[in-house]
Amino acid sequence: MKILVTVKQVPDPNSQQSLESDNTIVRDREVVLDPGDESGIESALQLKEKQGEGEVVLLSMGPERARDAIRKGLSMGADRAILVSDEALAGADALLTAKALAAAIKQESPDLVICATESYDGSTGMVPPMLAELLGVPQLTFAKHLDVDGGKVTVHRQTEDGHQVVEAQAPVLVTVTAGIAEPRYASLKGIMAARSKEIKLVSAGDLGIQKGNPSEELKEVAQAEARKAGEVVEDDGTSGVEKIVAVLQTAKVI
Amino acid sequence: MPKILVYAEQSGGKPAAIALEILTKARDLGDAEAVTLGAGAESAAAVLGKHGARTVYVNEDGAFDEYVAEPQTDALEALVQKAAPDLLLFGFTPDSREVAGRLAARLDVGLISNAQDVQAVGGGFSAKVPYFGGARVATMQALNSPAVVLLRPKSFEASEAGGESRIEKLEAAVGEGSKRARIADRVQEAGEKVKLEEARIVISGGRGMGGPENFPLLEPLAAALGAAVGASRAVVDAGWVPYAMQVGQTGKTVAPSVYIACGISGAMQHTVGMKSAKVIIAINKDAEAPIMKIADLGVVGDALKIVPKLTEAVKAKKAG
Repeated sequence: MKILVTVKQVPDPNSQQSLESDNTIVRDREVVLDPGDESGIESALQLKEKQGEGEVVLLSMGPERARDAIRKGLSMGADRAILVSDEALAGADALLTAKALAAAIKQESPDLVICATESYDGSTGMVPPMLAELLGVPQLTFAKHLDVDGGKVTVHRQTEDGHQVVEAQAPVLVTVTAGIAEPRYASLKGIMAARSKEIKLVSAGDLGIQKGNPSEELKEVAQAEARKAGEVVEDDGTSGVEKIVAVLQTAKVI
Repeated sequence: MPKILVYAEQSGGKPAAIALEILTKARDLGDAEAVTLGAGAESAAAVLGKHGARTVYVNEDGAFDEYVAEPQTDALEALVQKAAPDLLLFGFTPDSREVAGRLAARLDVGLISNAQDVQAVGGGFSAKVPYFGGARVATMQALNSPAVVLLRPKSFEASEAGGESRIEKLEAAVGEGSKRARIADRVQEAGEKVKLEEARIVISGGRGMGGPENFPLLEPLAAALGAAVGASRAVVDAGWVPYAMQVGQTGKTVAPSVYIACGISGAMQHTVGMKSAKVIIAINKDAEAPIMKIADLGVVGDALKIVPKLTEAVKAKKAG
């Protein structure tokens, strides 16, 4: 079984964000492999190990420095990677991103495409359903459990009050939640092996993708209606509880 | 007048709360219509009509309940052809996200996701989206037609409207090829006690609770206050508690009288789901945590030590 996992480099969740004077987000922050994608890679590796055969291919889109994030996925055990990198795709919206990824995936014809439910930085989760549509495959989403039996793919899809068992025949696109699998640490051997694994660089032209017209335009960035910080107190063992009780009484809930 | 089409999720004949919220907004923007699918759609249509949909398109085909996203996309594609809306509105919910994404790709139009407001501007539409950790609000202008916008829950207050409405059967052919991702079973896990969205007080736990074994500490406090228990995405992702408890951008949006955040740092993912609370109390070891910047009261300390003492204090007050 050939499994393709989409991966993204995102700003390090532990670093501070800042804005340029024109209100775009400063891009020179530390970047890391999206933590959600690590779960996707882990579930792909587990499927491959369970089946005893197969290939795990990583696909990313971004500037060339995305290589570091991809390398981390390779050191976890993925076999090879593809990086779609092109100035023409800088600042791509969800639809253009999905088009470029779909074109690259079509060249690979995987049985299974695994995406994180949403990226850490965007958190809107729009690319996976767009991608499924462009690939013409069904989508099994919000998976907290994933199983493959022959050509049948089954997931437990998280819902409000439990889960649905949802199934479809491969090829399918699956989105996984971070709870699906605890990502493994790369071993020293894995890190060494990753150095010689292929990261194939692909341009928009290679995929026949053109930038086209943007589908939305940023008009304005304004200060959000901010809540003001209130009182911050250091708990000394009793003061914290006393303060909280006073606030609860003022709010008339006790 | 522009034509606005609202995709209204419903279950067993009852429209989702967010569908009524969005319709209330839609009728201010132009001629509002709604579409609702699956078993019970006709009963739901009456309620949607009361909330301002002049026409409600319905189809009760069993495929809408049995298969994920694709049959709904087929029906909406057919309806967009027929009704030619200028703006399509969806709730920013797991089910609607999937349908909206597929539909946008099929129609080859972009979409604006996670919006908190939508406006008619110069013959088109713009939407306001939280930006830069929620500290800023970005205004995005949709350049495609139809414009597609996904709106966050609780962005508007639902209200009924006067006026006539009619129900129209939507003749939509669900392609056999769209019956692929099949829901074979629905499994209920431990249910909520007090519903998060309806609770007057919400107590949420995050990473600072230390581990899943400590999460039950929040239960006696919740019981004493009549509160619901929520959680941050980090601990849901880590598998400590079920997804139903998640408060935040991709979980539930709450607006209680009092919100108590225990060991939650306050990432945007979380705060967009709770910052409309009237009073926010935060307990966190880190005085610099972002949650402290929006809390009315920030207590710098260990939630594991403070919560049990607070439980006793609340019980004593209630008894006294």
